[in-house]
Order: sequence, then C-alpha cells, then structure tokens
Amino acid sequence: MVSIQNLHKKFNKNVVLSGVDLTINEGGIFAVLGPNGSGKTTLIKSILGMVIPNKGDISVLGENIKNNSKYRHKIDYLPQIANFPNNLKVKELIKMIKDLRGNTEADKHLIEVFTLEPFLDKKLGNLSGGTKQKVNIVLAFMFDSPLIILDEPTTGLDPISLIRLKELIQTEKANGKTIIITSHIMSFVEEVSDEIVFLLEGKIYFKGSISELKTKTNQPDFEHAIASILTNNHA
Amino acid sequence: MLKILKYSFYDLMRSRWSYVYLAFYLLLGIVLLFLNNDLSKAVITLMNVIIVLVPLIGTIFGVMYYYNSKEFTELLLAQPLKRSSIFLGQYLGVAISLSMSLILGLGIPFILYGLFKSSAIWDFSLLLITGAFLTFIFTALAFNIALSNENKIKGFGYAILLWLFLAIIYDGIFLMSLIIFEDYPLDKLSLVGTMLNPIDLSRTLILLKLDISALLGYTGAIFKKFFGTNYGLIISFIALAIWVILPIFRIVKKSRKKDF
Amino acid sequence: MKKHFVFLLAILMACLNNAQNIEVCSTCPVTTLKSAINQAKDFDTIIVKKGTYKEHDIVIDKPLTVVGKNYPIIDGELKGEIITITSDNVTVDGLFIINVGTSYTEDYAALRVRKSKHFEIKNLVLEKLFFGIYIEKSNHGKIFHNKIIGDAVEEYNSGNGIQLWYSNHIEVEHNHVQNVRDGIYLEFADNCLIKNNISTNNLRYGLHFMFSNDDIYQDNTFENNGAGVAVMFSKKIKMYNNIFRENWGTASYGMLLKEINDAEIIGNTFTENTIGINIEGSNRIVYKNNNFENNGWAIKVRGACYTNSFTENNFLYNSFDIAYNSKVNDNVFDKNYWSNYTGYDLNKDGIGDVPYRPVKLFSYIVNRTPETIILLRSLFIDIIDFSEKVSPVFTPDNLLDNNPLTKRIIW
Repeated sequence: MVSIQNLHKKFNKNVVLSGVDLTINEGGIFAVLGPNGSGKTTLIKSILGMVIPNKGDISVLGENIKNNSKYRHKIDYLPQIANFPNNLKVKELIKMIKDLRGNTEADKHLIEVFTLEPFLDKKLGNLSGGTKQKVNIVLAFMFDSPLIILDEPTTGLDPISLIRLKELIQTEKANGKTIIITSHIMSFVEEVSDEIVFLLEGKIYFKGSISELKTKTNQPDFEHAIASILTNNHA
Repeated sequence: MLKILKYSFYDLMRSRWSYVYLAFYLLLGIVLLFLNNDLSKAVITLMNVIIVLVPLIGTIFGVMYYYNSKEFTELLLAQPLKRSSIFLGQYLGVAISLSMSLILGLGIPFILYGLFKSSAIWDFSLLLITGAFLTFIFTALAFNIALSNENKIKGFGYAILLWLFLAIIYDGIFLMSLIIFEDYPLDKLSLVGTMLNPIDLSRTLILLKLDISALLGYTGAIFKKFFGTNYGLIISFIALAIWVILPIFRIVKKSRKKDF
Repeated sequence: MKKHFVFLLAILMACLNNAQNIEVCSTCPVTTLKSAINQAKDFDTIIVKKGTYKEHDIVIDKPLTVVGKNYPIIDGELKGEIITITSDNVTVDGLFIINVGTSYTEDYAALRVRKSKHFEIKNLVLEKLFFGIYIEKSNHGKIFHNKIIGDAVEEYNSGNGIQLWYSNHIEVEHNHVQNVRDGIYLEFADNCLIKNNISTNNLRYGLHFMFSNDDIYQDNTFENNGAGVAVMFSKKIKMYNNIFRENWGTASYGMLLKEINDAEIIGNTFTENTIGINIEGSNRIVYKNNNFENNGWAIKVRGACYTNSFTENNFLYNSFDIAYNSKVNDNVFDKNYWSNYTGYDLNKDGIGDVPYRPVKLFSYIVNRTPETIILLRSLFIDIIDFSEKVSPVFTPDNLLDNNPLTKRIIW
C-alpha cells in the first residue's frame, strides 16, 4: 500500500527524519506513535506530498509520489489542526471540496451521524473547535478512497462523536481500507489499531502489534510500554 | 487551477477589503471628476495615484492574502491538486480581483462622466492597463516574499521595503547615478534603468502619452527612437510582461520545493 | 499719402477702361505667356487658359494683370526662375507654377517681385519649388490666398515659401505653406501684416522674423515645423491669436524669441510643443491671455530677460511650466491659472491664498543632466520638488505668482 525507503528530512538544521524505512500493507489500522517532535506529522505529510523529502522514495499504491498529485485521489486526509477559510460557510466548503475531488453522496449520511445540520449555514470562523473537527471528519470520510490518513482525529471531540468516529473507523476497516492514524490518546490507539510504528528521533524504533510491544518492553499494559521506551531511551 | 482561481476570487469578493478598495477608487474617481470637472487633470492625478498606490496595495494585499489563507492552502494541498495550480490559482484570484476593483472603481465614474465621448479615453485606458499590470506584478512579488518567509511580520516588512525601494529609493539612486555620470552618454543607461523597475516602467508608459513633448526635447538617438516611435510602447509592454512572468515562474518553482 | 493713393487708383481705373484682354492658349494666336507680355500694353489683362506652358524667366516689366483660368500650369522645367515682376501695379492671379530650378548660387523663385510697388499676388498654387514667392525691395503689396507645397528634405538645398526682404507694408494673408525650409521669412521687413496663414511641416521655421520691426502677425496656425516660429532681433512686434502646435524636437519650440523688445504676445495658443516659448535676451514683452497646453516646457527663459510681464495666461498640464537658468528674476508673473497649482482659496475670491512657484527644482536638474527627464513624475522627484517649494534653494525665491487663479481663464 505505502512503501517508504530511506526517508530523510530536515528543516533548516533540525533533522526530523533520518532514514525511515516503512512498508504498510493493505487493509487494517496502522498507528504512528512517538513523542512530540519525533516526526509523526512530517512522516504523514511526506506521504501526502506536503513535505518534500531531502532524500528517499515514497510510493503509494505502487506509484512514486514525486512530482505527482494524482495519487492523492486515493487518499483521504484528516489534518491535525482543522483550520478552514473563515468566511466560507460549512455547506460551501463541502460543496467546494466535492467540486475539487468529484461528487459524492456520503456527506449527507456523515452530516447526520455527527449532527451537523444546524451548522451548515454558519461560517466556519464562527464554529467551535469541536464542531470544526467534525466538519473535518466529514470532509475526510466522504470520499471512498482506499487509503485514509487521520492526524490526531480525536482532538476536541465530545464522547458521543468519539464513539461515532470509532464506529466509522471500524466500518472503513471492514470495507478493506488501509487507515493510518496518529494520536496521543493511547487508549484510543490501543482500542483501534492493529499495528503500530513507534518513531523516535527521526527513526523507527519499533514496528509490530501492541502485544509484541508489551512483550518486548515487559510491561503489562500499552501505556506503560510506551512510557518505558521513552524513559529507557532518555536514561 | 481555474477552480482554485474561482474559489480564491469568490473568497476575496466577499471579503471586506475588496469593497474598501473598490469604494476607495470609486470615491477617488468621483471626487476627481465631479468636483474638479477637468478630465485631463483627473487623468494626471490618477497617474500619480496608480504608480504609487497600486503597487503598495498589490504588495500588502498579496502578502496578507497569502498568510491569511494558509489554512485554505493546507486544505487544498491535501487534495489531489497540483501545487502549482493551487498557488497560481490563488495568485490569479488576488490579482484579478484587485485589478477588477481598480478597473470598476475608476471606470464607473469615468463612464458616468462621459468618457467615451472624450479624447482622453486612450490615456485613460492606458492608465488602467498599466494599473492592472502593476497589480499583477506586485501581487506576484508579494507571493514570492510570502512563500519565502514563514514569519508573517518579516514577510510584511520585506513587502513594505520592496515597495519603498521600487517606488522611491530606486529613483533616488537612479537620479544620483545619472548626475554622477553625466559626462558619459547616458541614454542607454537611463532606459535600462527604467526597464529594471516596474514602477518606472509604467511611469514611462504614461509619460509617453502625457509628456511626449518634453521627452522629445532630449538629443540622444536611442531616446528618440524609443519615445518618438511605437518602439517605446512595444518594448515597455514586453518588459512589463516579463516582470509578470518572472515572479510567477518563481512562485511555481518555489511552491514545488516548499514544505507545509 | 492717402491722396496720392486715390489719385493712383483713379488713373488705374481710367487705364483699365482702355485696357485690352489678351488670351493665351495652345490654339490661340498667342501661345506663350512671354509673347503675351511682349505684345501687351500697360494695364492690359492677360488671360491664360487651361493648359501647360513650358516657360521660365518670364519677366513682367509693365503694369499688367495676369489671370489664369482653371489653373493653367506654368512649368519651369527646373531651368531657373519662372516669373519675375519688375514693374509696379502688377497682379498675378490663379496660376499653377511648378518646377523651379534649384541653384546653390542663386535663389530662384517661382515668382519674384523686384523693386516694385502695389503688386498683388493671389490664388497661386506653387509646387516643386525652390523659393516660392520672393518679395525683394518692394513695398505696398498683397500676397493673398496662395498655396505653396514644397518637398524640401534638407535645409541647405531648399528655399522659403514666402520671403520678404527689405520690403515694407506687405500684407500676407490666407496663404497655406508647407514642406519648405521656412514657411514665411521676413528680413528687414517693417510694418507688415501676416494674417490667417497656415504654415505646417516646414523643415525649419513656420515663420521667421529677422530685423523686422512694427509688424503684426495674427490668427496664423503654425504646426509641426522643424523648429517652430523664430522671432529675432526685432522690435515692437504684435503677435495675436496665433496657434502653435506640435513643434517637437531637440531644438524645437512653438516660438523662439531672441533679442525682441517691446512686443505684445496676446491670445495665442501653444499646444504640445517641446518648448512653448523660448526666450533669450528679450525685454518689456507683454504676455497676456495665452494658453499653454501640454507643452514640455511652457516657457523657457534662457537669461537676460528683463521687465517682461506674464499675466492672465493659462498654463495647462505642461510637463514644466517655467524653466529658468539663473537665480535672478526681474519678470512679473501675476494672475495666471496654473493647472499644477495645489493651493486653496478660503475666501472664494477666485485667487489662491498661497502663491504658486512655477519653477521646479527638477527643471534645473534636467537642464544639467538631460537624461534625468526619464524620471519625470516619479515620486522621488515630487518629493524633492516639494522640499524646494517649501524652501527655495536653487530657484529664484521671488519668482512666484502671488495671485494664482483657481479657475481657468476664459476670455
């Protein structure tokens, strides 16, 4: 599905990724974890082509992504911070994205699921963070793409919406999609993900299932396992 | 790209600033014409406004739009769109909406005044064309500055500096160097000096219309050829076009390499 | 004088009664103009019918009237002068004269009047000429409604359209002169009236005055001449209601005044000239009610100009209104309208409350380094002009119009 070879990226002198090799197979939920500044978002943005690597190759669904934008038709992306043009209405934003990517009917269902109808005629600048995130989710899930990338999808969501989101993710998984998630909420990660990748200082520290991680670190639960990686490494 | 252009354009058309800009030109046009009642004088005043204010507004507006629409840009970047079309679309959206404000804002009062019956129509059209060119040039330069500077304050600073340099300081240096080297033949140098600054270039175009009598008082053969024939007009327009194309080219190049 | 004239007229009338008509045409008994003149008695009329007459060196040495019917062509075949009048009381009317010979030693003319009085030259069309109408030491004549179309390319081998030399009391009216060296040239010609002429596209001057006093020229149009109109070394000339247009070029002006004293320049229009009026060593001149419109420089004062007065003129959209090359000013500017004036008029009396300074610093800079003209109207130049306006350093500080009008003057 996604294959990354020897990916290097630095911003000015600040090395963010140094030699990441990663293959993500088709189907299943894949979590990218790591402490703040470990390069999670950079990795995701590299896959999306928003960050241009200094070195290395990335291919998505067998296509090299360099100087290519068409492959993004096969990706749904949920950005980390849901900032939208402020003087656009929700309705207009949805219409615009459809105009740019192609028509779909899925948005109606999603709007219902996240009870967004009352906000459709409001300007995005006037929405709360949580509502914006819901709009963000609608935009990401309304296209039926084989690869879904979610950057901190849970930010600002109320418990009901969180449950709805998890359901949504499970449905998509059941439909055979590949889903890449980053999150700080370990319980969420533990609950949804099939496989995790742990980034540390620009390198992949661990790749495998959660149970494998627990075994490797000799910790009874996931959260402690992560914590132990961090403490051991900083020691 | 056309879709992006469309959305940027709509986005700007509903923003307050476009109206302020439009209203400013409307007011200027009305005041100049109906309080003054002198078309020729109005055209001269407008010329001063256009070569100073249009670049300033183009630069400020361009930088402002870029920084303000960062979220929009990021949203678009995740879509299956070419980067160059995203930025070119946004750039064209800004440049076209600014030019439209300029042309409508000044055009409406002039048409109401009965411009079509007047001989000043050519001078006036040239003025608007030059204004549109300047808008395209300075918006493109502004996008270049913004693309190269993540820091908003720095970006604004550079934009103002750029304007200050091209609108005033450049001419000061230009004048000094002409006076210092006055013993040498200078007509080539002075024409080249003009080509290198889009504001001077536009000014020359307008001079060709308004001050041709004075310009032909100078002896240099190249000067004569430049100002006495259509040569000057053609060269100036080509140079203006280059001034639009080069910054756009850099926008495309820069945007291809930039991280978001 | 007047009595003398009436008497003369009476004789003329008497003679006319006895006068005969002689017809010239290819099938007439008389086939050439020359032989007609030979046969004619004083005060006869020679009627030249339509046709082409290849003749030159035609001398009219007796008081005759030569009238062309339907513009007969007198073709000089480039062999020299075509018609020379050496007698008083000659009228030449309605001929088409072409192909005057060109010479570097003699000024061949299509028609020359030499040492004669009371001549009348009218309705001629002159083409392919060297000199057109040359009046030499002749007085009291009329040159009326002629059309002179030259094809001059170089100054050294071309002549003037109408030339008055040592000739007084000549009226030059309703003539059209184009493409010659000087359209109308006066040298030592006093008390002449130049009126309603159109002089365009001439190589050098549309009108050229030298050492000629007490002349009037009015209602003429001078357009697109090499250097405009030159008035030099002359006194008491009145210039009224003329139009000077599109005289473009390095040393080109609507009007050049050099060593002119006590002249009146009233009601003229100067439009789109590189320099409207170029003044050098001219004193006591009254400039009033003139329009200066879209000129490079409306007025350029080159020095040694004293007690001139510029009142009630319109200065409209000139690149520079006045240029001075000295810091001394002895001329008066008052009650003019300046379109570049930016002051205000609080008491609404039509006179601006702040004086206007017509000389800009930039005009000094351009005078020194001509290439800087390319910076005209730039913001930087506006700024330095403004600072000079506030505290004059380079420009004469008494050079100002204390009563600038706020509205264009209409008279």
